[in-house]
Amino acid sequence: MTALAERPYGRAGGGSRRGPRSGGGLALLLPALVPVLVFSVGPLIYGILLAFTDARSGRNTETSFVGLENFAELLSDGDFWESFRIGMIWGLSVTVLQFLASLGLALLLNQDLRLRGVARVLAVVPWAMPPVVVGLMWRLVYHPDAGLLNGLFGTHVDWLHDFSFALPAVIVVGVWTGMPQTTVVLLAGLQNVPKELYEAVSVDGAGAWRRFWNVTLPQLRPVIVAITSLDFVWNINQFSLVYVLTQGGPGGRTRLPMLFAYEEAFRYGFFGYAATLGVAITIVVLAVLGLYLWRQAREGD
Amino acid sequence: MTRALKYLALLGYVVFLAFPLLWLLSTALKTPQEMAALDPTWIPRRPTLANFADAFAEQDLVGAGLRSLVVAVATALITVALALPAAYALARFRGVAGKIAIGWVLVSQVFPVVLIIIPLFMVLRRLELVNTLAGLTVVHVTFVMPFALWMLRGYVRAVPRELEEAAAVDGAGRLRALAAVVAPLLVPGVVATLLFSFISSWNEFLFALVILKDPEVETLPLTLVRFVGPEGVARLGPLAAASLLATVPSLVFFAIIQRRLRSGLMAGAVKG
Repeated sequence: MTALAERPYGRAGGGSRRGPRSGGGLALLLPALVPVLVFSVGPLIYGILLAFTDARSGRNTETSFVGLENFAELLSDGDFWESFRIGMIWGLSVTVLQFLASLGLALLLNQDLRLRGVARVLAVVPWAMPPVVVGLMWRLVYHPDAGLLNGLFGTHVDWLHDFSFALPAVIVVGVWTGMPQTTVVLLAGLQNVPKELYEAVSVDGAGAWRRFWNVTLPQLRPVIVAITSLDFVWNINQFSLVYVLTQGGPGGRTRLPMLFAYEEAFRYGFFGYAATLGVAITIVVLAVLGLYLWRQAREGD
Repeated sequence: MTRALKYLALLGYVVFLAFPLLWLLSTALKTPQEMAALDPTWIPRRPTLANFADAFAEQDLVGAGLRSLVVAVATALITVALALPAAYALARFRGVAGKIAIGWVLVSQVFPVVLIIIPLFMVLRRLELVNTLAGLTVVHVTFVMPFALWMLRGYVRAVPRELEEAAAVDGAGRLRALAAVVAPLLVPGVVATLLFSFISSWNEFLFALVILKDPEVETLPLTLVRFVGPEGVARLGPLAAASLLATVPSLVFFAIIQRRLRSGLMAGAVKG
């Protein structure tokens, strides 16, 4: 494996010149729009509309429009708020920890160190693994009897079933799984920082810390904003990993919003209510992202 | 920071990233007696392959693997067949419609999957496709489509427009120019997208959990979870062995495409 980040593709094909005659363009855009409409826009609009109905899973149940009733119910649902709180703790802490850990790793990988090759390979392995396998693997690590952790620490904790340890234990797995994408993107960003900038501050006699703070970080800013935003969205919508690890237990301590929605929809059959939950989470995510991007844009000026 | 400290930090990362993987491998090779022992051992004292045989005996891994294979191959082929013309159009013709379409691909990431899985489930039920591999394939195509479009669009953009235009001017005609000049250059990108779609489908769990209800139609991730009993009491050795086997195809394919995947990702990230 050589350079982790090549020059981004797409530079060569750029230009903003218009394509040949727009008639042919329209015919060609049709195959672009049809899959997007049929497979993405359509289901999503249907899903959002369901949030305003009392749709149930039964085959012959009548579905009727109920307006904002589901939303009112959601707002007074204690279980939802608990799940929402856990989701925010999970989403924010995994995103932040994953970012810090990946930034550290990317900085090390960007230097001429010996273990680098091994670390680079290891850093992308979790990306390729099925989330189910990641979950099962960490169950082995956390296993109360045959697990590694208790053996190492000489403790006897049932990590994934303990009321206070379950969420932190699951967060560690979240960080482990999400590091590859973040590391790869940050490393690519680091390698795109123009060398001249470093040379300029080196002349000033700036130390490593000042170089990082005054050159690296500002240059990385757009990449950091993009990847942390994406990570947050991915994390808040996480399902498989935590489902395999804890099924949301113990006592709902790790029941992320998507696990809650899954149960509402496919265990209890409340399709409309689960869709409402999905819409509510979307609104929250958009609000958080909006605030974050707005602040970043303002500070960036 | 001194060099020693850097090495220490890098070593820390290597340990953190590697230890669960090694533990999985170690567990897969251990006898039940050794697993029950109080002191955990990294290297099994008496390595055994019995866990692999037990894994096949306990669950229908071959059947589940074949079903996963069918779904993943179908998903990859259908996704790329649908996405390739679309990606070409999005890369070459930058009208308002194209901008909206590609913007949507990004925005759609924000919506949680429940908002897609419930309506798809209802449609599939009406079409009698719940509990079928065809139904799961349709859902997987939906789920992989945005990223496949994104990747392919990046690869099309990387083919210089001038090449195509030069060929067209030579009297080859637009379609011939596409076939003769652009298509060969796109092959690596198309292969990368095929393999990426395959991996996504092979690894996918939630949709399979919702769509497939009977053991006879289960895909591999669902079968793996069966090794964990209802009470969470699992036979750890076979579980570890089966997990390892299920990861092999993804890892191999990922190793092939990972560099292209990165460039595809970057093309999107840098040139939104």
